[in-house]
Amino acid sequence: MGSRASSLLREEDIEEIKKETGFSHSQITRLYSRFHSLDKGENGALSREDFQRIPELAINPLGDRIINAFFPEGEDQVNFRGFMRTLAHFRPVEDNEKNKHLDASEPLNSRSNKLLFAFRLYDLDRDDKISRDELLQVLRMMVGVNISDEQLGSIADRTIQEADTNGDMCISFSEFIKVLEKVDVEQKMSIRFLH
Amino acid sequence: MASYLVPFDSLLCMLLGISFTVWVTLLLVFIIVPAIFGVSFGIRRLYMNALIKLFEWATLRMERRARETNQELYKPYSNGIGIIAKELVTVEQEIQDLRSNSSSGPSAGGSGGGGPASSAEFEVADIFSFCRRGVESIVDDEVTKRFTPEELESWNLLTRSNYNFQHISTRLTVLWGLGVIIRYGFLLPLRVTLAFTGVGLLVVLTALVGLLPNSCMKSYLSEKVHLMCYRICVRALTAIITYHDSENKPRNGGICVANHTSPIDVIILASDGCYAMVGQVHGGLIGIIQRAMVKACPHVWFERSEVKDRHLVAKRLSDHAADKTKLPILIFPEGTCINNTSVMMFKKGSFEINCVVYPVAIKYDPRFGDAFWNSSKFGMVSYLLHMMSSWAIVCSVWYLPPMSREEGEDAAQFANRVKSAIARKGGLVDLLWDGGLKRQKVKEAFREEQQKLYSKVLVGLQEGSEYCCHQGGALEDQDCPCDQTGPAEDQHCPCDQTGPAEDQHCPCDQTGPAEDQDCPCDQTAPAEDQQWPCDQTRPAEDQHSPCDQTGPAEDQHCPCDQISAAEDHGHSYAQRGTMEDCGQYCDQAGTVEADEHSYEHTDTVQDPKCLCDWTGSVDDGGHSCDLTDTGVQDCGHSFKQTAIVEDPGCS
Repeated sequence: MGSRASSLLREEDIEEIKKETGFSHSQITRLYSRFHSLDKGENGALSREDFQRIPELAINPLGDRIINAFFPEGEDQVNFRGFMRTLAHFRPVEDNEKNKHLDASEPLNSRSNKLLFAFRLYDLDRDDKISRDELLQVLRMMVGVNISDEQLGSIADRTIQEADTNGDMCISFSEFIKVLEKVDVEQKMSIRFLH
Repeated sequence: MASYLVPFDSLLCMLLGISFTVWVTLLLVFIIVPAIFGVSFGIRRLYMNALIKLFEWATLRMERRARETNQELYKPYSNGIGIIAKELVTVEQEIQDLRSNSSSGPSAGGSGGGGPASSAEFEVADIFSFCRRGVESIVDDEVTKRFTPEELESWNLLTRSNYNFQHISTRLTVLWGLGVIIRYGFLLPLRVTLAFTGVGLLVVLTALVGLLPNSCMKSYLSEKVHLMCYRICVRALTAIITYHDSENKPRNGGICVANHTSPIDVIILASDGCYAMVGQVHGGLIGIIQRAMVKACPHVWFERSEVKDRHLVAKRLSDHAADKTKLPILIFPEGTCINNTSVMMFKKGSFEINCVVYPVAIKYDPRFGDAFWNSSKFGMVSYLLHMMSSWAIVCSVWYLPPMSREEGEDAAQFANRVKSAIARKGGLVDLLWDGGLKRQKVKEAFREEQQKLYSKVLVGLQEGSEYCCHQGGALEDQDCPCDQTGPAEDQHCPCDQTGPAEDQHCPCDQTGPAEDQDCPCDQTAPAEDQQWPCDQTRPAEDQHSPCDQTGPAEDQHCPCDQISAAEDHGHSYAQRGTMEDCGQYCDQAGTVEADEHSYEHTDTVQDPKCLCDWTGSVDDGGHSCDLTDTGVQDCGHSFKQTAIVEDPGCS
C-alpha cells in the first residue's frame, strides 16, 4: 500500500551513498523510490526480470548489455548501493568536483570512468580487449536482421583497422580512448538529474 | 440489584430503538429519496470543500516540522517534472550529429552538417546514445509508472499515501486517528448498507420490469430503475461527479468509449445516462446481476468461449449498434485499468464497427481517494473496501462531440485520433503503449523497429547500393530487406507485417490469413493452408493440421483433440473419459465401451468391438493396431502392434 520507500532508507546510508556517488539527498530518496517500485519481489534487490519489465528498455537494441552492466560478476541480484553506483556513471561532470576528490579515488562520473562503462558494454569477457567477434556481436544486436553478414563483417573490419594501433586486431582500452578523444563523451553519457 | 438493571435495560432498548429509527429516517430522507428523483442537497460538496482545507493544513504542518528538524520532505513527481530531464532528439538525429561533428573517418558524398549520412560508417561512439537512453528508461520510463497509484503532493490523512512518516507531529496523528474512526466506524458501514440496498434494488426491480411485455412503458421504466439504482450506488461511494458538456451525451445507435481507471467508471457513467453494457458472463453474484439487468433492457453479454472469436464479437456489437431502438454500447478500449495519469493504446476492435463514436473523458481527483484498481495486486473485494474507506471519490466527466471514421482512415488510426481527443480533454498523457504491458512483455517487433531505424542511419539512403531497399514501393531486389510499406514481393524479404505476406518464406504476418504455404497459422482466422498447423481458434479444416483443441477435429489425420468427442471417421481420440459414440474414440484413460470402435493404448480392452490405435495402419480393413504387446481376444478384434492381423470383421 502506497510508497513508504523513503522511510525505509536510513540517514547513514544516504550519507554514505552521497559521498560515494555525489548525488544529492533528494535525488537519492527519489531514486530509492524508483528502485522500490521496480522491485516487484520486495526483497531489497533487483533481478534481471525486474529490469526487463521496463518496456522502453526491452525494446532498446542494447537492452540486455545495459542490464548486465548493473550486475557485478556472476551475481543475479543488485542492491540499492550497486544500483546507485552504476547510475553514478551517468551524472554530469561538474568542474568544482575536481577539487573535492583530490585525495580520494577518481569520481565515478569522470570521463575515463564513463568510457570504461561503454568499453565494458562491448567487452563481454572482460579481457580488456574488444575482439572482432565481440564487435560483431554488438553490431548484430544494434542492426538486427537488416544488414547482411558480409557487410557487417566489413564494417567491423574497417572499425578495427581504424582504431588498432598495435596490430593485434583487437581494440584495447587505450586505443578505445584514443578513437573517442574528439567525441564529447561527458555530454553524450550524462543524464540530467533534477532535484 | 437486579431491580436497577430492569429499567436500565428497557431504557437501553428504547435508546437503541430511537437511534435506529432516526438513522434509517436520515438515510431515507437524505440519500435514497434524492437518489430516486435525481436531486442533490449539496451535502457532499460541502464535505469536499472541508476536506480540501484540512489537507492543506496537514501539509503545512508537515513542511513546518521538516524545516524544524532541518530535513527535506520527500516530494513526488510534481507537475510532470520527473527525476530526470530527457533529451527530445531522436536516435537518428543524434547519431547524424555525431557523424557531422567528428572529423575522424572518411565521409563520402555530402559533408557534415545536416542532411542524411551518405556512407556506411560505424562509429564506436554510436552505442553512447543507445546506452544513455537505456539508462534513462531505467531511471524514469513512461509505462511502468502508469500501473501504480498516482503520488500526491499533499498528504490526505490516509496511511496508504504517506511518504514522509517521520514528519508527522502529535496534532497530525490525532487528526489521522480521528479520520480513521470516522472513515471506518461511520462512513464504511453507511456505504456498505447503501451499496447492498442499491444492488439489491437493481436486481429485484429489473427482474420485475423484465416481466412486462416490450413496449415504450417498459423501456421508460427500465431507464428509471437503472438510473435510480446507480444513483444509490454513487452515494454509496460518496462520489462527487461533475458532468461537463452534457449536450454531447451518447445517443442510441452509437458506441461510447472512455478511458478506464476502475470498475467504478461504469457506475459513474451509468448514473447519468443509460447504456448497454458489454462484458463476459461471470458466475456468482455478478452473474445474477447480469442476468437480471438483461431482462429489463438488452445488454451484450458474451460467453467465455465467444470472447475469443473476434468476428462473432464484432458482429454482435454491429447488430446492436445498428438497431436504433437499443441503447448506446459502453466500451473501454484500453482493455485494462490504467492509473488515470495517461491514456494508453485503444484496441482497434471496437472502432471497426461502422457507427458513431461518442468519446468520454473521465478524470479523478486523487486527493480524496485513489480510484485506480491495480488488478494484479488487489482483488475486487479488497479494492471495494479501499474505495469505501477513502474520504470520497471526486471526478469530472467530459462528454466530447461525436466522431466518425473518416475516408482513408483505418480502424487503428481512428482509435488513435479518439484517444488523443480524450487525453487532451482530460489533461492526461497520450501514450502509444499497450495497456496489456501491465502483465505481458513487450512484443519483439518493437525492438526490431529500433534496429531497423539504426540500420537505416548506418547504411544510408543510397539508391545505388546493392543492399539498400529503396523503401518507396515494392522491392524488386532479391537481397533487400522488406520495405514495410507494401506487400513484400521479394522472395527473401521477411514478412512486412502490414499486409499479407506473399512471400513464400515469410512467417505469418498475423494480421490476416497468411496464404503462404509454409507459414504457421496466423491465429486469427481459419488456416486454409494444407500444411499449416491448426490456428487454435477454429476447427482446422486442413487435412494435415493437428487438431485445434477447441472443437471437434474433422481432420482425418488429427490426433484426438483432448477436449470433446472427435467425430472423425478416421481416428479420433479423446484423451479422457469414456466416449460412447458411434464413431471411434481413442481413450487413454480407461476402458471404452463404444458401440463401434474404442481405442485404447494402455491396457487390453475387452470390447465387443474393435480397438484402434494411433500408431500405424494395419491391413485389416482400415484400422490400426494397438500399442500393447499383449493381444486381446475378445468378441471383436484386437490388434497387436507386432503383427498384421486380418480379422474378418471390425478391427
